[in-house]
Amino acid sequence: MSAVPTTTPVPAAPRQWRDGELAVLLLLPIALINAIGFILPVLNLARYSFNKSRVGGGIEAVFTWENWAGLLSDPFYLELVFNSVWISLAITLTTLVVSYPIALYLHRASGAWRTFLTVLVISPLLTSAVVRTYGWIAILVDDGPVVGAIKALGLPAPSLMFNIKGVFIGLTEILMPYMILALMAGFGRLDPRVEEAARTLGATPSRTFMKVILPLTLPGIALGCLLCFVLAVSSFITPKLMGGGRVFLLATEIYDQAIVTLNWPLASTLSILVLIVFGAALWAYSAVLRRLD
Amino acid sequence: MMEIHKTSWPMRILVFLLFVYLLAPVILVFPLSFSGDQVLRFPPSFWSTRWYSALFANSQMLQAFWTSLSLAAIVTALSIVIAVPAAWVMTRLTFAGRDLLFNLFTAPLLLPTIVLGLAILIVFASFGLLATMHGLVFAHLVVTLPYALRVLAVSLSTQDRACEEAARTLGAKPLTVFFRVTVPMLTPGIVAAAALCFLVSFDEVVITLFLTGPRISTLPVELYNYVYNQADPLVAAASALLILLTLAVIMIVERAMGLGKAFVK
Repeated sequence: MSAVPTTTPVPAAPRQWRDGELAVLLLLPIALINAIGFILPVLNLARYSFNKSRVGGGIEAVFTWENWAGLLSDPFYLELVFNSVWISLAITLTTLVVSYPIALYLHRASGAWRTFLTVLVISPLLTSAVVRTYGWIAILVDDGPVVGAIKALGLPAPSLMFNIKGVFIGLTEILMPYMILALMAGFGRLDPRVEEAARTLGATPSRTFMKVILPLTLPGIALGCLLCFVLAVSSFITPKLMGGGRVFLLATEIYDQAIVTLNWPLASTLSILVLIVFGAALWAYSAVLRRLD
Repeated sequence: MMEIHKTSWPMRILVFLLFVYLLAPVILVFPLSFSGDQVLRFPPSFWSTRWYSALFANSQMLQAFWTSLSLAAIVTALSIVIAVPAAWVMTRLTFAGRDLLFNLFTAPLLLPTIVLGLAILIVFASFGLLATMHGLVFAHLVVTLPYALRVLAVSLSTQDRACEEAARTLGAKPLTVFFRVTVPMLTPGIVAAAALCFLVSFDEVVITLFLTGPRISTLPVELYNYVYNQADPLVAAASALLILLTLAVIMIVERAMGLGKAFVK
């Protein structure tokens, strides 16, 4: 705390600080970090996507469309983008389906039980993605408990590791807490008396769900889906560790191009592409919200 | 109260199974960390503490742990010192462009870490900040400050202003009001923000992966590299200890302000 006085006005100063001056002074550190660690790097990234790469990591500071043209004409990258978006959408929907019952149950729970369960939901969120991915590797390896159980039932056991299936199972679980929290935030509008009214008036449980509960919770669903889709598209640790170098997605390709191939302009171009996908998701989200209103 | 609010048994069983799915990987590392096997196998064929011994004999892991711990401590302290005045400005002063600035300062959270990591890598490479402690501190601040600013701004804006007004009316100078009234009342918010910053920094792996090297490495990065190359129960031992550390931090937050309040609202 000792650094605070240097950025706050000296009380003995005879003149009154104007709000503007005070604001500039107190916001200077955070503004500098934001400018140097966020704005400058992102602008630089956009610039790099129009620069020429040199073998070994350097760039030539000439303006070129080469990266973009190369990216959009290469079937490997088109498939990469298509796969990333498609898999992320599928993961998002699965996450929604497995999170919804928990969120609904938590919404109806109360007191210490609710607090306890909420902590259980949040705890994985605060646990490193590396740790959780490692847990999934232990569960899904070829002689692991899941494959063992399937074999014990006499069924042909699929290989769940080092392919997209394992990534799918692991990533869905890793995104669940985000979805549950987003759903719960949106469930605020769900008044139990409305359900009660529907049931009293003779609606079956499934009809009550489809006609009353689901429509009221749609904003929460939209928010959760946006959040999970965005996180799935940019997830890196789980596909890298569970994919075993055989699952190619946008995020893993960015890392490989940046660190292994040292082609920073191409990595930058792929990054900007991720941001474009983000923009599209955000646009879809606001379109959905507009229709809901 | 009508019967329909009692959750039906099929629903309870479904919720239980989904909780098992959600918590399985976290819970599994505990029994796995006491495995006596040479390879990753569950359930283990016999139990031992050999992987804990192996972990504490692994100087690379220990080194990375101390790096992570000091990095998280420095980042947390700096985040609070920088974010408290900033949050105060954002909630107590009115000026043109305030909302825009707030959005700008919290914007790094919206950017995927893989993109932010690459962006920072390219800039840091030309500044000579790669694989240095101050480079890591700076990069982590970029992601922890938005969290700190958000939590502190929420705490400050829900704070009762009457006490500050009273102190001012009674003749306290602005700085006295800030340190004797505003900050003490903000303590739960500061604890929550600090805990969050600590966990975010301690667990950060994607951005850090871009910025570390053989010279300096953090624990999550070392664990990532370890799992990437071989998956044996050593990482389970490290994971179990990490989860216990996380639980300790969560309990501090829960004590200070209630976890639900800190994250859901």
